[in-house]
Amino acid sequence: MFEIMVNGTARRVDVEADTPLLWVLRDTLGMTGTKYGCGVAQCGACTVLIDGQATRSCQVPVESVGTAQVTTIEAIGADPVGGRVVAAWVKNEVPQCGYCQSGQVMAATALLKATPSPSAEDIASAMTNLCRCGTYNAIAAALADAQSAG
Amino acid sequence: MDTHMDGLALLLQGEGAALNLSRRGTLGAMAAGGLLLALGIPTRPARAQEGPAVMAHATKVAAYLAIRPDGSITLQNPFAEGGQGIHTAIAQIVAEELDADLARFAVEVAPPGPDYLLLMGGNARFTGGSSSVRSSYAHFRKLGATARAMLVQAAATAWQVPPTQVTTEPGRLLHAASGRSAGYGDFAAAAAALTPPADAVLKDRAQFRLIGKPEKRLDVQDKSTGRAQYAIDIKVEGMLHAAVVHAPRAGAEPGAVTNEAALRAMPGVVSVHRLPGAVAVVADSFFRARKAVEAAEVQWTALSGTVLPENFSSASLLETFRAAADQPGNPARDALGDAPAALRAAARVVTADYDAPYLAHAQLEPPSSIARFNADGTLDVWTPNQAPELFQGVAARTAEIPPERVRIHSPLLGGFFGRHFVYGPANPMPQAVLLAKATQRPVKVIWTREEEFGRDAYRPLSFARLRAGLDAQGRITGLHASCVGEGPIGKHFGAAALGDPPVDGSVVEGVAFKPYAIPARRIDHVVVPQPVNIGFWRSVGHSMNDFFYESFLDEIAHATSRDPLALRRELLARSPRHLALLDAVVSLSGGWRPAAFMAEDGTRRARGVAMASPFGSEVATIAEVSVADGEVRVHDVWVAIDPGSIVNPAIVEAQVRSAAAIGLSSALYEEVVFEGGQPQQRNFDTYRILPPDRMPRVQVRIVESGAPMGGIGEPGTPGVPPAVANAVFTLTGTRLRRMPFANTRLSAS
Ligand code: FES
Ligand code: FES
Repeated sequence: MFEIMVNGTARRVDVEADTPLLWVLRDTLGMTGTKYGCGVAQCGACTVLIDGQATRSCQVPVESVGTAQVTTIEAIGADPVGGRVVAAWVKNEVPQCGYCQSGQVMAATALLKATPSPSAEDIASAMTNLCRCGTYNAIAAALADAQSAG
Repeated sequence: MDTHMDGLALLLQGEGAALNLSRRGTLGAMAAGGLLLALGIPTRPARAQEGPAVMAHATKVAAYLAIRPDGSITLQNPFAEGGQGIHTAIAQIVAEELDADLARFAVEVAPPGPDYLLLMGGNARFTGGSSSVRSSYAHFRKLGATARAMLVQAAATAWQVPPTQVTTEPGRLLHAASGRSAGYGDFAAAAAALTPPADAVLKDRAQFRLIGKPEKRLDVQDKSTGRAQYAIDIKVEGMLHAAVVHAPRAGAEPGAVTNEAALRAMPGVVSVHRLPGAVAVVADSFFRARKAVEAAEVQWTALSGTVLPENFSSASLLETFRAAADQPGNPARDALGDAPAALRAAARVVTADYDAPYLAHAQLEPPSSIARFNADGTLDVWTPNQAPELFQGVAARTAEIPPERVRIHSPLLGGFFGRHFVYGPANPMPQAVLLAKATQRPVKVIWTREEEFGRDAYRPLSFARLRAGLDAQGRITGLHASCVGEGPIGKHFGAAALGDPPVDGSVVEGVAFKPYAIPARRIDHVVVPQPVNIGFWRSVGHSMNDFFYESFLDEIAHATSRDPLALRRELLARSPRHLALLDAVVSLSGGWRPAAFMAEDGTRRARGVAMASPFGSEVATIAEVSVADGEVRVHDVWVAIDPGSIVNPAIVEAQVRSAAAIGLSSALYEEVVFEGGQPQQRNFDTYRILPPDRMPRVQVRIVESGAPMGGIGEPGTPGVPPAVANAVFTLTGTRLRRMPFANTRLSAS
């Protein structure tokens, strides 16, 4: 039994210690906004914030979460930066299939929370999630919008 | 002839060697395993059928539209949404004629049913071949107009005025003389009780309020907030979770699971199952099921179905293809004159070999399916798919119940790209049905990324030898090409779908059916069967063949000291549509650069150009590249596309960008290599796809020439690999004849 903080609420989960946070969120807590794409930290579809850091939850065993604050896409609107990112995503009509976009929005939110005016290098090192639909141009445009709206 | 013979498009539209589309043979034919049979199409070719527009269902308003009292509208879309924007585009067409507010639409994929068969003369439906809008545009305009006429009639009756005096504005009915007005929701029930008129009048194009406008997509909010639900997210009451491991090589069957008792003792595990070609563990969560199934010790024994031999490798198959390239093949239908004779008489012959690897679809959502048997003997199936009737047939056969007892639910697709046909064992849905049957519980099966890359229906390995004859002045007198291998049409639809003599359009399209005026041409399909399960991959044969052809055209330009753009203009001198498109892409790119140049950032760059004619649309592409660390960097891609006419320019642009990205991804990185009968790339660490920092700026110009409507989802893909390869040649002098380019180390000079 583990107790983790998800979107500001303590949640008790009865799972094995090595269960990835991704599957705790999706299967145990029924929060399916966080996606499974690869399971090996390659794609970023599973990105959540752990104490504000963009983290690939498929590679985070639940036992390692401890008292850290986990923020998922389900709570993104409650964060002022997250809300701005979502608004920019909608305005730029970023999503195509949409499957990667929870992770993209989380990565963008983490970036702008830490670095409100990121350089091109900051963006390149923070925005590494894959999008098979190739929405990268639109992501770049939305990211620029979310900054200037800040 | 001017018609495009793209493989799947041909089947969709009944062009050329089209098929007799009788419903005969739907049931029972599944047992024969052919996709074509499953779609209800008999295996013998027959004469051409009617064109693409099927209007038989265009007044069946009740089957498609439900308007609620609050004025919100639910639309049953025959087509599946996988990011291509089809839910919005279809709603936009309906909303135009219905005179409704597009934002009030909720769109679902229609269940299996005869009212939704809009393809192949009204006998089939699936989403593919970039055909959805062009095949149903007339149908949905009529449907919207019919529904509007019914609402008008209902209001006129209630208000006791002639219907000619009732007008509409988006979502509202008005009677100007009396000042009365009402929302559509107020008269929806009364309208639904009326018989749909056959003669509802369509708007004049000049009155269009929505069609042709960049209307907002309906799904961006949900898809930006994690609320969009895909198959993998769906949960049904009492559901168990299953994970599978497939045999290391296709064809092996599971014998004993020697540690079955130990697996059953693992946390949460319910049961262990042997399935065709796989072992499954059912548990109370996916992670527990996966952990157990990956610990399974399986004795793989008997071989059945399609078998990949132990010594099978893609490298050796490629050599088999190469060795067969000079064997006689069957010519594609655009053969003209006597190309081999033209080559024999030529002053000079240029020959080159090109090849392209097996590719995974690599849609980001791994496959999953849920099956639930109900107390009343029916079966519910939730499964990512682009052909509900086909999946219904497979589910019914697997469950051994009649198809009408199977309900197919078609959720949003987390990526499309041609992945979601049945393709035999390349799909988890039959596994879900078998496991639900065995456990008497609803079961969701998820394939891990590793299982997905191990059992996808891959884009086929391809090889082509191109030969051009030139006269003393360097003019092309004949082109003879041989495309070697096997395509997904032949593989899944059977030889009878290939016409007489049999030619798989998905093997030759993009080398055949090019618009250039070459006096003699012959594009052969040299059939060499291959054992790997293959499928349709975004833009199908065009995805490699236009690379082969358009690169080769630049080789000819180089061999005859001509500028590649000038050569294309020369060969298209009598095709104003193509010349206009070339002009459009050149102007979009700020002018043609025939030679390498120094960019402002100090990098040495060059541009390449390519054209493609996929899925009824025409495309011209220019790419600008540099070389760094031995690899190509693509900075800009400019695409001019002429789909005849369009519905939503914003969706078109987004699709072209997306198609260009996947085209570039395939050109630079992607490859599935088989060794020892096994695919070697099992996750994104070894199967590279285009990452964000390698995405070029893609700019799009839409040219509406007024030609018959062409496709949008795929046509942006095929021009990119050759435009990049041609730019690389201008920059480095290295001619790339094999994809992916990352396998060739480049030097910048
Ligand atoms: S699922 Fe975690 S990075 Fe891909
Ligand atoms: S929108 Fe489809 S994977 Fe990114």
